[in-house]
Amino acid sequence: MSDKALPVVEYLKLPEEGEPYLEGHQCSLCGAVFVGSRTHCSRCGGRDCMKATRLSNNGKLYSYSIVHRSFPGIDVPYVSAIVDLDGGGTVKGNLVDVEPDPNGIEFDMPVEVFFGDALGRRDSDGNSYIAFFFRPVSESH
Amino acid sequence: MDAYIIGVDMIKFGRFPEKSVPQLGSEAALLALDDCGLAVQDMQALYCGNLNQASGMVGQRILQQIGQTGIPVVNVSNACATGATAFREAWASVKAELYDVVLAVGVEQMGRGLLGGGGGRGISKEGLLGSGTMPSVFAEAGLEHTRQYGTTFEQFAKVSVKNHHHSTMNPKAMYQIETPLETVMNSEMISYPNTKLMCSVNVDGAAAAVIASEQKTRELGLISRAVKVRASVLTSDPWQERDLVMPDVNTCTRKAASAAYEMAGLGPEDIDLVELHDCFATAEILHYENLGLCNDGDAGRIIDEGEVELGGRVPVNVSGGLLSKGHPLGATGIANIYEVSTHLRGEAGSRQVEGAKIGLTHVIGLGSACGIHVLEGAAA
Repeated sequence: MSDKALPVVEYLKLPEEGEPYLEGHQCSLCGAVFVGSRTHCSRCGGRDCMKATRLSNNGKLYSYSIVHRSFPGIDVPYVSAIVDLDGGGTVKGNLVDVEPDPNGIEFDMPVEVFFGDALGRRDSDGNSYIAFFFRPVSESH
Repeated sequence: MDAYIIGVDMIKFGRFPEKSVPQLGSEAALLALDDCGLAVQDMQALYCGNLNQASGMVGQRILQQIGQTGIPVVNVSNACATGATAFREAWASVKAELYDVVLAVGVEQMGRGLLGGGGGRGISKEGLLGSGTMPSVFAEAGLEHTRQYGTTFEQFAKVSVKNHHHSTMNPKAMYQIETPLETVMNSEMISYPNTKLMCSVNVDGAAAAVIASEQKTRELGLISRAVKVRASVLTSDPWQERDLVMPDVNTCTRKAASAAYEMAGLGPEDIDLVELHDCFATAEILHYENLGLCNDGDAGRIIDEGEVELGGRVPVNVSGGLLSKGHPLGATGIANIYEVSTHLRGEAGSRQVEGAKIGLTHVIGLGSACGIHVLEGAAA
């Protein structure tokens, strides 16, 4: 068991110094941004052309669903959100601090990424994890 | 040389836990052989689609049930496009003149409950990083249409009302139950905007087709009931910026549709009926536009105005669709071909699309694969 919390996905980076962030890879030939690490570009077919890039913590809600039935043990309802990050990269995560009601959720509403414990979930070795979430931000920010 | 469907059939979809996958596949294979009066000894190759036992040599195990003739067997797995892919490989082998009569089978035995959302290392990501369940994935694809065109929950729900109504006329569908709009909208919400009655039904099922060259079809005296394959197209998903979190079922369908219309030498206005991949009610709305059945942005209007009902301009999913006929993943692509062929033969009974001459089948395998076939009745 690790003495520190682990990142929930490979593209969530936990630097020794500074804040957690999401990492993408950008093609140096065509500019496509991918979430997570890779070697080649599936947009243009370029080889060995990917450079790591720090993804923005701000973005806009592109689409969503409101999950009322999930697997046993998973708290519902919750909002599954697809967010286009400013500067490129699209990620999926839970949108919190909103009512799970379509009347309160607007397409393109500005959201920010924040990081926190993975809802208390631990793996079979007892490791805890850091996850990322979205929450609305007011336009004035 | 053209290739023809000379025999095609499906078993009634349902739940058959007492039967094995090869048994279910064998039942459909024998039905299709009987439909054209041929025997397993007449088949020169078998193309078998199955997903959940993809490493289990299902095609060979079917022949071990109905006749081990030593023919080549190809086992195919391509998500929910598995059946259509097996059919297409069979068609291609006839087009290439490797064989002149071959068998394609699609078969699946399903569990119950939600599909998707599992896998990966570490802890479960479901409900932590959004949802990976199929109802959610297709809810998100549907709300993308809402953001573009304002499509409503009620319009999505109407798809399910229509397809359940159609299934009341299909004895081979899992269900034959009318579901009025309020019933659909008030059934258990699974992932907004998909309620339980807007999710396809997990069922066991099998379907099969015998495909022959034109020359063989004429030699056998089967041309009058044969169905010509005017186009067979398979695509995978081109790159899209949201690919990694939002499987794109639109672009691969649009690519496949335009290629299919070109191959068939016709357009969407020539299509008399469509069986499309209504794995969720939200998905059907997207595919009206993806298949060119209406202009972009008009999908909500054509469901409102009944253009896609039996008796409408272009009936869609007269079988009851995946929503009520059921969705045995690997069988679906051939069951759709059975449905359209049955109409083109004028044998669809009370749900017959009158005067149907040309029909289109469409499936999507998430990940992604799109298969489209354009079929024409040969009687003309």
